[in-house]
Amino acid sequence: MKIHEYQGKELFRKFGVVTPRGTPCFSVDEAVEAAKGLGGKVWVVKAQIHAGGRGKGGGVKVAKSLDEVRARAGEILGMQLVTHQTGPHGQKVRRLLVEEGADIKQELYVGMVVDRGTQRVALMASSEGGMDIEEVAAKTPEKIHKVFVDPKTGLTDAQADEMAAKIGIAAALVPQARSLLKSLYKCFDETDASLAEINPLITTGEGKVIALDAKLNFDDNALFRHPDIVAMRDLDEEDPAEVEASKYDLNYIQLEGNIGCLVNGAGLAMATMDIIKVYGGAPANFLDVGGGATAEKVTEAFKIMLKNPGLKAILVNIFGGIMKCDVIAAACVEAARQVSLSVPLVCRLEGTNVELGKKILADSGLPIISANNMSDAAQKVVAAAAGKK
Amino acid sequence: MSILIDRNTRVMTQGITGKTGQFHTRMSREYANGRNCYVAGVNPKKAGEDFDGIPIFANAQEAKAKTGANVSVIYVPPPFAAAAIDEAVDAELDLVICITEGIPVRDMIRTKDRMRGRKTLLIGPNCPGLITPEEIKIGIMPGHIHKKGPIGVVSRSGTLTYEAVGQLMELGLGQSSCVGIGGDPVNGLKHIDVMKLFNDDPATEAVIMVGEIGGSDEEDCARWIKANMKKPVIGFIAGLTAPAGKRMGHAGAIISGGKGTAQEKLSVMEECGIKVTRNPGEMGKTLKSVLK
Repeated sequence: MKIHEYQGKELFRKFGVVTPRGTPCFSVDEAVEAAKGLGGKVWVVKAQIHAGGRGKGGGVKVAKSLDEVRARAGEILGMQLVTHQTGPHGQKVRRLLVEEGADIKQELYVGMVVDRGTQRVALMASSEGGMDIEEVAAKTPEKIHKVFVDPKTGLTDAQADEMAAKIGIAAALVPQARSLLKSLYKCFDETDASLAEINPLITTGEGKVIALDAKLNFDDNALFRHPDIVAMRDLDEEDPAEVEASKYDLNYIQLEGNIGCLVNGAGLAMATMDIIKVYGGAPANFLDVGGGATAEKVTEAFKIMLKNPGLKAILVNIFGGIMKCDVIAAACVEAARQVSLSVPLVCRLEGTNVELGKKILADSGLPIISANNMSDAAQKVVAAAAGKK
Repeated sequence: MSILIDRNTRVMTQGITGKTGQFHTRMSREYANGRNCYVAGVNPKKAGEDFDGIPIFANAQEAKAKTGANVSVIYVPPPFAAAAIDEAVDAELDLVICITEGIPVRDMIRTKDRMRGRKTLLIGPNCPGLITPEEIKIGIMPGHIHKKGPIGVVSRSGTLTYEAVGQLMELGLGQSSCVGIGGDPVNGLKHIDVMKLFNDDPATEAVIMVGEIGGSDEEDCARWIKANMKKPVIGFIAGLTAPAGKRMGHAGAIISGGKGTAQEKLSVMEECGIKVTRNPGEMGKTLKSVLK
């Protein structure tokens, strides 16, 4: 799960990570009031969307008077912000963060992720903050430093100090950096985060170390123990089809193609997308119905896929182990009847009770195209999507 | 021969009284030598009772002491599953297979840390388990699609493993053992660990390695294969069409920071002499093409 920058900063402050003072706003008037409340002479108006790259896309602006705050907030609020992470359609800006300006001396990068190799939390940091860190990693990997955290001790003083020195923080500021990095680990650990990023972490003219940005993602599997974080979820930032699917415990991701896929198991679902591509088609979605698909779940899955106006055909690919093919076949027939299916449906069933399943499809009287294996199914659905029999 | 488990393995089920634990203990018990293999269940609240005649004990330690069980399979719900693994490790079992899906990564980091230097091996979590056909199955895979033979299968995914087995069977090729290592980022045995076991197993003549996007476990395994493997290996990686930044079902299946793409994995595997296919419908055919 993702949250907004201002929510991330609220969590940061709770754990002792220093951030600029700021106020989230939902209207231009609120933004002006927020700037007045903060005081000072320089403010930053920041678009709050979940995607990164907001600055480059024009979603972060400096204002040097209250009139400028009003003008910039008016421009940003409601804009369709396009960044390299939003896709070409962009994301509508519905929330702002107005912050006090900072006298930036250094822009640094700090990130935390779970490292698969060591099976520990990795702290990554670089002197090259404020820019696209993926580019830094690709072009100058030696400028990204890593250290791995022992879960028994947490991030140690020695590790934090060494990291601070490596990214060029002056000796006098190392105690502040140490406190910030240790607080960040505590925040990451105790909130079950899957990603934490501060880009940039800054040092200021007044000799302060501050998290100027905050990006936090959380482990979906751990949300059950964090109701406070679940409350931060912003459904406006998520794909409506994916939100709808999650209500039925369906794992759905919208893609650009025109062939809907309904599959049991994440690996097989990805492989099904791949084989559609091998035969010249394009998948419209990733959809894993999981191990316990009922008629209700399958019907909802069909409804969600059919909401896509570009959909030309559907491929059902089930390898039944625990899930019995006759159950899934009956569910497909019922779903197809309920939603009055408007596109060709190709079904490939394999595994437990496969003969029974195929018979249910054949006896249904519905124009379901039956396939014998994955390659056969993919070829048939690609042909069907192209309008060929 | 086989790897990790055979007809002489003795299994306890942790979480035997839950719906999933009950169902799969029954199914596994009906498979091949299962009636002799499944000897104990664990549930602290139901110690002294039995499930279909399988005695239930308060903890893994006691189940091991009373029945000689050396392997555990876990169906405990996600919030308590990591603690169940800890319990099996403390009981010094040889092998723990954790089927449970949805364990918080933070719990697994702590559990893996506790396992350092201990003898117990872990498969999973979030995996289908493993099977040595015609001897024993531990997990949720359909037993009847398998038969005994010379091919080893190792995979991060469940149903895609069944798909690979199904394609082998169409060509008449049986399996020595099939291991589903699971789709979580912090887990037990990796491709490389299972590959080493297949390399040393006289009954295994060739191996299918099925991977997916995310991480670099397949690359690590490929490099080991190039330097050490005595048997042919073929590979498939799911997710060539997966977009970056989107988690594809499994907690570990995500392309992040431009790393962990299927293309990158396939390239490294090819460089290491592994015959790969980009068509998941041709895993069986590709394997057959490398058999002597």
